[in-house]
Amino acid sequence: MYSLKQQWFGNVRADLLAGIVVGLALIPEALAFAFIVGVDPRVALYASFTIAVITSFVGGRPGLISAATGAMALVLVSLMADHGLQYVLAATILTGIIQLILGGLGVANLMRFIPNSVMLGFVNALGIMIFMSQLGYWFGSTTTAFLFAMITLILVYAIPRFFTAIPAPLIAIVVMTAIALFSGAKMQTIGDLGTMPNSLPTFFFPDIPLNFETLKIILPYSLALSIVGLLESLLTSQVLDDMTDTPSNKNREARGQGIANAITGFFGGMAGCALIGQSIINIKSGGRGRLSTFTAGVFLMFLIIVLGDLVTKIPMPVLAGVMIMVSMTTFNWGSFKFMKQAPRTESLVMLITVVIILYTHNLAIGVVVGVILSALFFVAKISRVTVTSHEGQYKIKGPLFFASTTKFIQSFDNVTEEDIVINFEDSQLWDESAVGAIFKVVQKLEGKGVKVKIVGLNSSSEQIYKKLL
Amino acid sequence: MKIAVAIDGSENALRAAKHAIQLAQYVPEAHLEIIYVADYNKAKDERLLAQSPESLSLKREQKVHPILELATEAGVKADVTMLKGTPSLEIIKYVNDKEIDQLVIGSRGLSTFQEMVLGSVSHKVMKHVDCPVTVVK
Repeated sequence: MYSLKQQWFGNVRADLLAGIVVGLALIPEALAFAFIVGVDPRVALYASFTIAVITSFVGGRPGLISAATGAMALVLVSLMADHGLQYVLAATILTGIIQLILGGLGVANLMRFIPNSVMLGFVNALGIMIFMSQLGYWFGSTTTAFLFAMITLILVYAIPRFFTAIPAPLIAIVVMTAIALFSGAKMQTIGDLGTMPNSLPTFFFPDIPLNFETLKIILPYSLALSIVGLLESLLTSQVLDDMTDTPSNKNREARGQGIANAITGFFGGMAGCALIGQSIINIKSGGRGRLSTFTAGVFLMFLIIVLGDLVTKIPMPVLAGVMIMVSMTTFNWGSFKFMKQAPRTESLVMLITVVIILYTHNLAIGVVVGVILSALFFVAKISRVTVTSHEGQYKIKGPLFFASTTKFIQSFDNVTEEDIVINFEDSQLWDESAVGAIFKVVQKLEGKGVKVKIVGLNSSSEQIYKKLL
Repeated sequence: MKIAVAIDGSENALRAAKHAIQLAQYVPEAHLEIIYVADYNKAKDERLLAQSPESLSLKREQKVHPILELATEAGVKADVTMLKGTPSLEIIKYVNDKEIDQLVIGSRGLSTFQEMVLGSVSHKVMKHVDCPVTVVK
């Protein structure tokens, strides 16, 4: 790992530039995520500022961009609708505390147990949900609104072909907002959603009763937010590790996410996590160090405070156009090929994860069910034991453990020889069930007068066999 | 003479590589550089489609390995360089920095519309490298 000084000042010029690019790119998304949750734009903008700045200090992956995100926004929708902003802030604080504890317990090591089929299901469901959340703005309103959304969408795809220095969504928003202002087209704007911040966020306690009832309301949300936030943050860390060929401390990242969320809640911001898209933009723009994340957060806040009045003029359909692009890039289009090529159980896990998320509107439930399912499939896959016999020589192939012993025992139901050898060369004993099953088979056969000899146990199998018998 | 071939695991790239190997066989003292660029824009999708970081690097290795084998079989001295970034930019930088004498590259065979949307790597590379380029269809 690099020294702290290098992590901050090893790449100053490129970090500053990349941070500015990312700061620009963060604004449209933060506004759109505020809209998804149904909160004041301020709540998402403050969150993006504080989370980016705090994670730049305490995160584990230099160059990672964390801020308000669509995944977290989607979890918060029903909490906001049912209980209001103060509960959203309280849930954010509790999320931070949970993530901090999980990070301290080494939660990142569990990332290994989340197969890519579940992660694919996660991002695909996320893409679909973001897409669906925007449809109202496309078809539920006026022709003007539809046209603005459509032209914005075309622009965000066309601009990068000619010009890549400034994020295309931002250019599209500036151009379309200007057109809206000059043409006098009437559309819902950001300003209709609420007020823009004109100062830095301040510290305050969410206005909620501190009792068990409150905890019962926010805990399920905080648990879901913790899972979703950690999953996306650790996945993004891995992507950046690969892009930059440098390692990172994932448990530190988990703790950093926790610290950032806990503090953000007290400053009136909603829960956030790492943004895959923005982090990749950062690396592509040359950002590598902590300074890039810090710059992104500070620049975003600076722009909002200076240009707040102009931001309120942005028409909502223009944001909706940008968000369609975000949903398209979130969705993994390689999934269709994946379903053709991957083992059937993996495709099934991905599909079930997507379906459960779309049905429950809860990203965390889909992930948990997906992980459990894939674990079961895995156990089923490796619990295959085959027994072949040839003139009293019984060969066992496959691991022997609680899930595979039944098949093993059944294979000795019809032994006709008087003298047999059971060969464990291609097997491995894992637990009590394995030793118990062998014992049972031997006992049963000897009861029938068959002589049994056991050979070929490898050293660890031999050890467990002797220890338990 | 330093000959370089840029590959991406596609059929077209394989044809380009075969052509580069053929070329290297005719030239005395030829050295073949096989360049593979892991595209930043695909970093997220590639990670998601691979089981683990280890299987991701294996997948990349699998794209390069057959070509290295072809070269060895043909008696051509070859080296592999794995780069990360935007393919066209990385190829241009590498070829110019290492003073490559001849670059061979496959064309993706995109339609006019696809090319407008995606951009042609071979076209961009051709414009900016200092050495002769062979684009293999």
